[in-house]
Amino acid sequence: MTTKLFGEPVRRREDARLIIGRGRYLDDIGSGALAAAFVRSPHAHARITDIDVEGALDVEGLIAIYTYEDLAGPMAEPLPILIPHPQLHAPRTGYSLANGIVNHVGEPIVMVVATDRYIAEDACDRIAITYEELPVVVGVDAAREAAHWVHEDIPDNIGAIHHQETGDVEAALAASKNTLSFTQYIERSACIPMEGKGVHARWDADDASLRVYTSTQASTSVRAAIAAKLELSLDKVEVIAPDVGGGFGVKIVHPWPEELLVPLAAINLGREVKWTEDRREHFISSAHERQQRQEITVGYDDDGRLTALDVHVWHDHGAYTPYGIIVPINTATQLLGPYDIPVYRARINSVYTNTVIVTPYRGAGRPQGCYAMERTLDRIADALGLDRFVVRERNLIQPDQFPYDWGLTFQDGRPLIYDSGDYPGLLAKLKTLADWDGFEARRAEAATRGKLLGIGMAPYVEGTGPGPYEGGHVQVLGSGKVLVSTGLTSQGQGHETVFAQIVASELGVSIEDVEVHTGDTRRFAYAVGTFASRAAVMSGNAVALAAQGVREKALRIAADVLEASPDDLEIDEGLIQVKGVPGTSIPLRTVAVLSNPLRYAFDEAAKQATQFAKAGADDTAPVAEGDAPGLEHTDYYSPVRSTFASGAHAVEVEIDPATWEIEIAKYSVVHDCGTVVNPMIVEGQVHGGVAQGVGGALYERMAYDADGQLQNASFMDFLMPYASEVPDIAIDHQETRSPLNPLGIKGAGEAGVIPGTAAIASAIEDAVGRRIASMPISPTELYDLVRNPDSEMTATAGRRAGTGVTS
Amino acid sequence: MTVDSERTITLTVNGVPREATVPVRRLLSDALRHDLGLTGTHVGCEHGVCGACTVLVDGAPVRSCLMLAVQVDGHEVKTVEGLATDDNRGGQVLHPVQEAFRECHALQCGFCTPGFLMTISAGLEGRDSSAELTEEEVDDMVGGNLCRCTGYANIKKAVHHAAEAMKEAR
Repeated sequence: MTTKLFGEPVRRREDARLIIGRGRYLDDIGSGALAAAFVRSPHAHARITDIDVEGALDVEGLIAIYTYEDLAGPMAEPLPILIPHPQLHAPRTGYSLANGIVNHVGEPIVMVVATDRYIAEDACDRIAITYEELPVVVGVDAAREAAHWVHEDIPDNIGAIHHQETGDVEAALAASKNTLSFTQYIERSACIPMEGKGVHARWDADDASLRVYTSTQASTSVRAAIAAKLELSLDKVEVIAPDVGGGFGVKIVHPWPEELLVPLAAINLGREVKWTEDRREHFISSAHERQQRQEITVGYDDDGRLTALDVHVWHDHGAYTPYGIIVPINTATQLLGPYDIPVYRARINSVYTNTVIVTPYRGAGRPQGCYAMERTLDRIADALGLDRFVVRERNLIQPDQFPYDWGLTFQDGRPLIYDSGDYPGLLAKLKTLADWDGFEARRAEAATRGKLLGIGMAPYVEGTGPGPYEGGHVQVLGSGKVLVSTGLTSQGQGHETVFAQIVASELGVSIEDVEVHTGDTRRFAYAVGTFASRAAVMSGNAVALAAQGVREKALRIAADVLEASPDDLEIDEGLIQVKGVPGTSIPLRTVAVLSNPLRYAFDEAAKQATQFAKAGADDTAPVAEGDAPGLEHTDYYSPVRSTFASGAHAVEVEIDPATWEIEIAKYSVVHDCGTVVNPMIVEGQVHGGVAQGVGGALYERMAYDADGQLQNASFMDFLMPYASEVPDIAIDHQETRSPLNPLGIKGAGEAGVIPGTAAIASAIEDAVGRRIASMPISPTELYDLVRNPDSEMTATAGRRAGTGVTS
Repeated sequence: MTVDSERTITLTVNGVPREATVPVRRLLSDALRHDLGLTGTHVGCEHGVCGACTVLVDGAPVRSCLMLAVQVDGHEVKTVEGLATDDNRGGQVLHPVQEAFRECHALQCGFCTPGFLMTISAGLEGRDSSAELTEEEVDDMVGGNLCRCTGYANIKKAVHHAAEAMKEAR
């Protein structure tokens, strides 16, 4: 492999169009399309007793109104349970349009199609729906108490009980020198991409075919879902993810009701139809994540070494379970982090509430797991009077313990086996980068300014790149252009650049000649999707394998022409030459022409491949048996199991005891995602992840009231970090290759967000000396905590003050 | 909609005189995108918080989702499509801010980018380019727009980068 592009901070190829306003996002498509708008439930739990559309009928420009009554066949059935699991014993999904009952504010009830969005919304306003309100369940504790039920046939509100264990945890706890137990909470946030969802559908009646553009993370699966639900043959449906304005997980869920209803209307009406989600709709009708109640019991020895860990989590999954129990499984399995834990048990009760569904948001259950594990270690350190860093170091899995088999099952259904890593190396780097040992001097300095300074840290291990597979197609054209296609989608990760770097390096061509396409079922029909930090691992390796196939074929054809052995040939800058024999060469583009024997010459280049152009052996077929015309190759990468990236964050917070404002003074990141294809892009992923981690720890929270109304469903009220809230981030790297894939890559997409809540909670606790057991935390909540005489003081704070608990 | 509720407006967009007949309630953001076909301006919240839809009206940054199209009748509007200039050879010369965003990896999904570019370009053009750019100025230029991908670090870096280029180009 020529390595001059692989591993370099190559500038992004997608930027050229995006910085001049030439991106093509969903709402940029179909300027003449009809517009869809939705009437959504204003109630969190209600029976629909009447839908009166009469008032809307005289709205000029109204085209059509759809309710559940207009749905037939598979469309009248509930939406699919995308990821069934034996422990999901009571799965429920909604309907594309509500069928008599609504289970959260924002659930779609009526679709209106009109000549433009303004008019569609006018018509929506004139539709009168009568409801009989039902008792509402909001929050994980209410679901647990089960005084009311979300679904009348699930009286305990429990949809799934996920249970995994590595041994007899109760015996191990009983035998432990020390134990401690506690309960803590983490709240809801959400992906909140800057572009919401959106769907555009065009039906070609003459061809009886459908083209759908959707702002999705899984175009091939949306295609299959549309074909199934609308009873179309798969070959008559094309689905394309255009430029997508961020995803972070919410757009992996599919089919959203709108992804089925907009195509339905397009077919029905024989017109292009488009729906573009507005911001309020995104808040109340897409997906959230993160709320859990965590009950933890841990056993440990006097040195702070873990002897047993028992975790019982109550996980709020909202009104429905389309995405199964992926988030709870991630919490259960990724909670373990980089630690060697002799006996472990996780039980997660996944419960229904009358709120927006819970599906993966960057991290997908891992931030909660990290919060559980790291806050447990903080408590052990506090109880024993040990340095928090030291307690971590004593529990690490060592480099010679890989592969480390937990005896558990990961979210891909495969064994949870850490493939590789160097956790002591990570922590050593973090200790230096964060200047952990020099912290007390900084604390003292801050105290002279009247400020409270605290430090916290949290490592993580993240299973990335789960299967089942991704594919890649690489084709060299007679022009010399190299077309690369993979089925998974892009939402800003720079796939066009990264995959071009990989193919250019594998094939020996200039990156300028490489053109990458993603998420378009016309170009590549087999794919899984973009989630779980898998794109670089899965499609990266797939396009590398496809490029290797092209290279092999090119060398074989060139060897024939140059009368050399393929082993003696190399490709450099698109020229195939005999190694060490300058001048004996043939351009790759000419090989592409020759690879396709022709009868007809349609241009100058093609003449070379026509039947009278070259004297060939009369007794061999122009296309040999087992060969195919064209210089192209398709290949797939399918790993046996996930790979495991790792990292560690440290954070210092400075708190003003006059206002209880929490400012992040220093943020340090060490991360290890295996082989890095483009360090600039990886650092960008870390930056973005950390910003979301900070948001989730200090600012973002879905503020539901007791009636299930989301009180902050706008950017005015939901506090997403601006630049002023995101700290400068110091980053250090470690590269531990994955042995599982040819390129040695581990995923990098989600890592930045995982330890934020854990590390920031630890830092605040260290600063104020009061136990932090609920995150996120606002200045007001912190003020209430410190002035409350009943709030728990940490033993460390007592020791520091020379009073209180001593160990 | 009745005939009375529509107006024909004339405005200059990116230096080109344009005319559009729009309902009086049409937001400027929608008029630019859907009536004038300039889809580079993006709509992120429609309540004036995220800044993705920022355009320049008579040189000043405004949130085009908080303005009605009829309000720009007779005015000059500049959108992201008008930020680069013609090189008079069929190509374009990027604005220093556009160059800097690319150079510094200041965008990921690119949806918020047009708003940042317009706000920052106005900020940089409205200052003395020979003066040293302060962090306060940078914070001021990027502090009113939301980005969910980048964590802002590289956007701030790009502002410095662009300011440096504009200083050198004086």
